[in-house]
Amino acid sequence: MGRVVEVNGPLVTAELAGVATGEQVRIGKLELTGEVIARQGASALIQVYEPTESLRPGEPAEALGHPLSVELGPGLLGGIFDGVQRPLLEQAKEYGDYIPRGGHLSPLDRRRVWRFEPRPQLKTGGRVAEGEVLGTVQETESILHRILVPPDVRGELTEIAGASDVTVDAVIARVRTDNGAISQLRLFHRWPVRSPRPYRQRDNAVAPLITGQRVLDTFFPLVKGGRAAVPGPFGAGKTMVQQQIARWADTDIVIYVGCGERGNEMVDILESFPSLTDPNTGRSLMERTLLVANTSNMPVVAREASIYVGATLAEYYRDQGYDVVMVADSTSRWAEALREVAGRQGQMPVEEGYPAYLASRLAAFYERAGRVTTLSGASGSITMIGAVSPPGGDFSEPVTSHTKEIVETFWGLSKELADARHYPAVDWVESFSGYVASCSAWWAKHVDPRWQELRDIALGLLSQADELARIANLVGPEALSPQQRWTLEGAALLKEGVLQQSALDPLDSYCSPRKQFVLLEQMLAIYRQGLGVLDLGVSVQELLRLPLLASARRLKGSYANDQMEGMREFAAKVDAEFSRLATEYAAQGKARQ
Amino acid sequence: MSDKQYRLASAARGGLLYMRGVPGVALGDRVVVRDHGGRRRNGQVIRTSDEVVLIQVLEGTDGLDLERTWVRFLDQPFEIEVAPEILGRVFNGVGQPRDGRPRLLSGLTRNVNGAPVNPAARAYPREFIQTGISTIDGLDSLVRGQKLPIFSGSGLPHNRLAAQIVRQARLTSEESQFAVVFAAMGVSFSDAEFFRNSFADSGVLRNVVMFLNLADEPTIERLILPRAALTAAEYLAFERDLHVLVVMTDMTHYAEALREVATAKGDVPARKGYPGYLYSDLAELYERAGRIRERHGSITMMPVVSMPSDDITHPIPDLTGYITEGQLVLSRELNSRGIYPPVDVPPSLSRLMKDGIGKEHTREDHGRVASQLYACYARALEARNLASIIGSDELSESDQDFLTFAEAFERRFVQQGEDEDRGIIETLNLAWDLLSLLPPQALTRVDPADLAKYHRWRGDAPKFP
Repeated sequence: MGRVVEVNGPLVTAELAGVATGEQVRIGKLELTGEVIARQGASALIQVYEPTESLRPGEPAEALGHPLSVELGPGLLGGIFDGVQRPLLEQAKEYGDYIPRGGHLSPLDRRRVWRFEPRPQLKTGGRVAEGEVLGTVQETESILHRILVPPDVRGELTEIAGASDVTVDAVIARVRTDNGAISQLRLFHRWPVRSPRPYRQRDNAVAPLITGQRVLDTFFPLVKGGRAAVPGPFGAGKTMVQQQIARWADTDIVIYVGCGERGNEMVDILESFPSLTDPNTGRSLMERTLLVANTSNMPVVAREASIYVGATLAEYYRDQGYDVVMVADSTSRWAEALREVAGRQGQMPVEEGYPAYLASRLAAFYERAGRVTTLSGASGSITMIGAVSPPGGDFSEPVTSHTKEIVETFWGLSKELADARHYPAVDWVESFSGYVASCSAWWAKHVDPRWQELRDIALGLLSQADELARIANLVGPEALSPQQRWTLEGAALLKEGVLQQSALDPLDSYCSPRKQFVLLEQMLAIYRQGLGVLDLGVSVQELLRLPLLASARRLKGSYANDQMEGMREFAAKVDAEFSRLATEYAAQGKARQ
Repeated sequence: MSDKQYRLASAARGGLLYMRGVPGVALGDRVVVRDHGGRRRNGQVIRTSDEVVLIQVLEGTDGLDLERTWVRFLDQPFEIEVAPEILGRVFNGVGQPRDGRPRLLSGLTRNVNGAPVNPAARAYPREFIQTGISTIDGLDSLVRGQKLPIFSGSGLPHNRLAAQIVRQARLTSEESQFAVVFAAMGVSFSDAEFFRNSFADSGVLRNVVMFLNLADEPTIERLILPRAALTAAEYLAFERDLHVLVVMTDMTHYAEALREVATAKGDVPARKGYPGYLYSDLAELYERAGRIRERHGSITMMPVVSMPSDDITHPIPDLTGYITEGQLVLSRELNSRGIYPPVDVPPSLSRLMKDGIGKEHTREDHGRVASQLYACYARALEARNLASIIGSDELSESDQDFLTFAEAFERRFVQQGEDEDRGIIETLNLAWDLLSLLPPQALTRVDPADLAKYHRWRGDAPKFP
């Protein structure tokens, strides 16, 4: 038993010999929990996950003998945990509306009974290896939880439970390991959050992550197992983008880490997700969602831990052979927690007060994404999506610029677009995706072979229009040629008819890949046909007055994902309108000759 | 230990007092510092070890010597007294009466730091508050339990706007009045008087509790003041079931006090000399707003942030914007054109609006009308920008329409009287009057059904398909 000698905000120094860095420590009469981050002589420097107010020198400190670990087993989905996996719903029931100090509720409910079904192929006396599936538990209606041999256990299976109703800490199997010891396996095991869980091999990510958001899927796609960042100034809609992904992404599991953000955003998810249905399974979204919440008013040190907790939970479901999306909102707050602890330790700051290891920590975090073959030979993936909150919206600041080097998909949000209520405010100039080529094959096979071609045409049109708009802002639109003015209109159609998407409109909130493509094709068709009739002598003023332009802008919210015939009828009417114009003007042209 | 006084100060500088040889002092504890003249100052332990205890002296360390300064450790955290009778009272930054009336004798005390609300215990805010101000109600609606700051600049009428909101704010569904907690940090005497008179004139003074620290009063006290005020607000909201509106002005003075102490402590600066923990520190305050499940009361918060040099990217408004649920930005340009309230529409935002409006709360078209006004005004500002370069005569016909719209929008929708209390339906009808200046094909964010019901376009309107 050691004793506290200094309290400096969330950092505590204790006389505590024989502890390792990373080890968990219980501090003071309130039994606060902390983690050793440095050793010097006989004393240990401890970062504490809870407020240290009223702690005093002389109070006891006790090493717990293990690093920060999470419990992995059935009962995680649908839950909300704090940055060190304390169950917040249960805490609210037990301790009331405020977060208690020194609360030690187990993350997984020990009283809940699960139906365990052993894997029929398993025989006692046979060998089991790390990560092998022992059996299953129906965790939620849509997710079958696979109980795995922990990644550090292998040997002879000496005992396996039959189909039975058990609690998480009941022993369901015994394994004699190679050194002769007996390992008791339960429905759950623990894993240290700062060590990535092992897998057999890494695979290339090929399938796109369909989020139902046009500007993301069609223009700047992400793959299952990919890495993406969403930077943006406040009010640009980062959280909205992240929540839309958490709602609609075609993935098995969503882990939403609210890291230093608003409490009300977590409540929003908790209150709205249970009644929303997954477009792919038709089940409640909450059945596949797990929240990790360290809101901005909760202790800063647990914020640093929260994204590792989230990543470990993601890896656990990946190891069961699932596709997992982990959303971290916001990685900037995590970096600031890192900075605060570094600053209090007196470490030399490099850029804007951040410690020198910021870049390497960020890279290591995103490296936990990827598609892998698991130890049991299944295929699973983790897609990491990190929000970034650059101070002043300046993308050159350290967290944004380091993140930009790591991620393959970059959805830069723009204040100008947000100010005009163009949502999602993804800036088509700033943003990029390194996965276009790999997604192209999927779109060609499942939707349309012209996907990449039309995408490229659309992006070309947008950038051409940006250039023309700059000229028009200097000399006025009247100075542009009719073709150029029509180009501006074509880009406006793309922006309002395709890029803008309303999260609040039930018909528009989720857009199927087919509908995405049809909308893109339709806007480009109007643009192309307009250019055609301009050549026949139709004036651009007349084109701009066409009422079909307003209807085209409303098309996205006029037909649901399963009403494609309505979109086709619209396309036919557009074609008819342009051919009417063409015939009319062709006739006039002849008459003039 | 509380009876013992120590005379072991080893250093005093920048508002900080270093004590040697007082072991076992708890972090955050309250201390009383008595100087050689017998004057008492309030202090708080901000770092503690076997050898040295660091005390933040709220009234500053000026005039303290090391030899004749006595420190008494009270062995208790920083608390204020609460009671229903705090309404109508005026306190200083540490919760002591400054209205000449006796102190509360309720025996009820609360720690000023509060405790973080469990996010799982929160209830999502969704009840529309009518402020009677069109730009807020129509475009950036406030809901009960929201934190919506006013970003302003020196010389702009943020105080008048805040006072008007306090006078007019009410729920459309209920008659109950808001209790008001007013926290003033480093404001001038005349500003404080303005608020007091405004509350008195409208008869709400007995529903207001004020915490005042004037511009010439100790800066470090400003670090405790908002915490004391929010503790009072939490008491009123969650123990006395009241709906509380908290106005905090000016957060910039608060952050400057924080920087002053951080610098003295030698904390590593992040941006513009502000410490790296400014975000977390501000969040500790702002996140105390909200609603809690199964509790009747609520805390709605309107902090005022004056942006140094009108710079919205300055760390204080920037970090505030990342924590709060939107912001109302005031415009110097509108103000100089005589438009009150000079709410700069494009950068203003309410994040919680979506769930507090619509058929059940205001009117079915509200969300779409707001989005349409934003889009039209953005386009109109582009047209105005262009007109300033090429002249308005050179604009296309539709750009001319938008120019007319912009002028009417600013003069009729944004501008209103300081005593003008517009109902939400009045605001929405006014919005449609303005949208009727534009042809229906320019309005793609509203439904055709909305257009049929509310839009009164005089020109011809071709239809497709």
